[in-house]
Amino acid sequence: MTDIDAKRAPSRRKFLKTATGAAALTAATLHAPFVIAQRSKIKVGLMLPYTGTYAQLGIAITDAFKLHVDESGGALGGRGIEYAQVDDESEPAKATDNANRLVEREKVDVLVGTVHSGVAMAMAKVAREAGVLTICPNAGADALTGAACAPNIFRTSFSNWQPAFPMGKVLADRGIKNVVTLTWKYAAGEEAINGFKEGFTQAGGKVTKELTLPFPQVEFQALLTEIASLKPDAVFVFFAGGGAVKFVKDYAASGLRRTVPLFGSGFLTDGTLQAQGEAAQGLETTLHYGDGLILPKNLAFREEYRKRTNRDADVYAVQGYDAAQLLRIGLEAVRGDMKAKKHMIAAMGSAVIDSPRGKFTLSKSHNPVQDIYLRKVVGMENKVESVAYKALADPARGCKMA
Amino acid sequence: MDAATLLIQVLNGLQYGLLLFLIASGLTLIFGIMGVINLAHGSFYMIGAYLAFWLTGALGNFWVALPAGIALAVVLGIALEWLLIRHLYQRDHLYQVLLTYGLILVFEELRSLLFGDDVHGVTVPDPLNFSIRLTDTLSYPVYRLAMSAICLALAAGMYLLIARTRLGMMIRAGSVNRDMVQALGINIGLLYRLVFALGVALAAFAGMLAAPASSVFPGMGNQVLIISFVVIVIGGLGSIKGALVAALLIGLADVFGQVLLPQISGMTVYLVMAAVLVWRPRGLFGSA
Repeated sequence: MTDIDAKRAPSRRKFLKTATGAAALTAATLHAPFVIAQRSKIKVGLMLPYTGTYAQLGIAITDAFKLHVDESGGALGGRGIEYAQVDDESEPAKATDNANRLVEREKVDVLVGTVHSGVAMAMAKVAREAGVLTICPNAGADALTGAACAPNIFRTSFSNWQPAFPMGKVLADRGIKNVVTLTWKYAAGEEAINGFKEGFTQAGGKVTKELTLPFPQVEFQALLTEIASLKPDAVFVFFAGGGAVKFVKDYAASGLRRTVPLFGSGFLTDGTLQAQGEAAQGLETTLHYGDGLILPKNLAFREEYRKRTNRDADVYAVQGYDAAQLLRIGLEAVRGDMKAKKHMIAAMGSAVIDSPRGKFTLSKSHNPVQDIYLRKVVGMENKVESVAYKALADPARGCKMA
Repeated sequence: MDAATLLIQVLNGLQYGLLLFLIASGLTLIFGIMGVINLAHGSFYMIGAYLAFWLTGALGNFWVALPAGIALAVVLGIALEWLLIRHLYQRDHLYQVLLTYGLILVFEELRSLLFGDDVHGVTVPDPLNFSIRLTDTLSYPVYRLAMSAICLALAAGMYLLIARTRLGMMIRAGSVNRDMVQALGINIGLLYRLVFALGVALAAFAGMLAAPASSVFPGMGNQVLIISFVVIVIGGLGSIKGALVAALLIGLADVFGQVLLPQISGMTVYLVMAAVLVWRPRGLFGSA
């Protein structure tokens, strides 16, 4: 700084350089204590559906995420948390723009999202290119922690393969030999059916026919007639939401349940029991959570969630809660310093998450290694009967990290 | 496929077709007679389903809820025609498309505010809440058969109304030449309002009737809108008879597409549409 000499005429560039340096130094000296005392907040970008078919899921995930942050005193790893929310409308066409908005304009430190698999894949692409830490609290596309996996992408939910695979062994153990599968002709359905088929074939069963219908059509009568004429030992399906309600009711009304028992991936009876009524009673499904799970952590979580939102927690809320837990573990490991990204990712990758669904860890591809429960619909609850598969890891096919 | 299964599949196709006819008839009525392209038709179907859900809960009985819902739908139809639609008769179709598309968004948002985004169900009303056994494994829900009967009765009723009554004559005349009918001293504005209300009521009635057999969920209207347009395009725009034949054709095509050609089952109805339009560009019963 001393080289500024009024008698020497400094070049313009040199003057500017020095002046800026001096200004920066002054600023740093003046503000340094202040900055340390009050570190900036971590900005979490929530990219979730708040309107449309999946709005309820987006809201549950958001509420549960914020519940955990508030439980932790509003700060994770010593850093306060602020949010930037974007409604992704479950609209794949807008996904890239929405993700870019959070990454580039809002400059978020962490991305959390989303529900729809197509949106999640587009979002993950943006995250991979920008290197932004991303936690997926629902979308089950196998590729997210498979062929498209990345060090900065984590998932606290499931892969579509995962909840369906254990049902294969469950059915084979009951002496069921021939199964007909049915789902919508779209990625989530086909991935779930593949998971089931793999499990069932490994256990010695045979899928005699794979029936599909176009998404999101809900006219099932033709395929029910087909099932009745094929007379399999059992039927395995993947449906969710409105389609799940209608299918379960139609299946019961067709009288098929008397002779051909129905099984499914857990989404068949999650968030739909009220609407399915009598028709769902006794249905058995496999999933990584059950609302009737008796674990101290689950009971406490359900009570807190109910107090906060006046709604009952569901699997989506659990996944959102665990997304916040995973972020907390990462931030605690680096004491809130997100610049130590490698260290933070390593800490998250080896985390043991004390989830309401039971403790789980993450696989090398960053997907939960978790227990899959066999549940049975009793009243308005998915009652957990047993653990269908202990600590199940997704095969993460095509992931180069694993 | 054995004979029994084949027969049941034909029954499935006809039954689905009749439901499609019920949904599409209101659309073809409004377009054929008033020349209004009503994209909000699916929303009226959804409104019907939600009315059935809400009124069945509030009044405690589906059979009481049904007429109450129809009455509300007629009121809604009259109000919409008076407030919005009647200003667009002289305008280009594009304005109608814009307005009715806007209505879809408004009704979806209202649905979300009033009923939330959960999936709901309506229990099948009592005397029909059982199934008839067809084969050793398969039973047929009686409610579905009753739906078919109601659809058939409605088709006959609409035919009689349009072809045999004085009101039907005025409606037909109005669709050909609006100004001439008015010059003959008929209140064409009132006539159109009635037709629009009837179209809305038909869609809502279809939604109410479908609610117990189906489920009540966000976005349900958009699903039926496209297939309704397919039906009325195949049948010939504005033709009730065409809509009936086309609906049955689509019902059968969809059922057998799913069973025999599962790989392209999403396309079968559109292939049928393409084939029909190549053969008869104005649809089966379209007027030149």
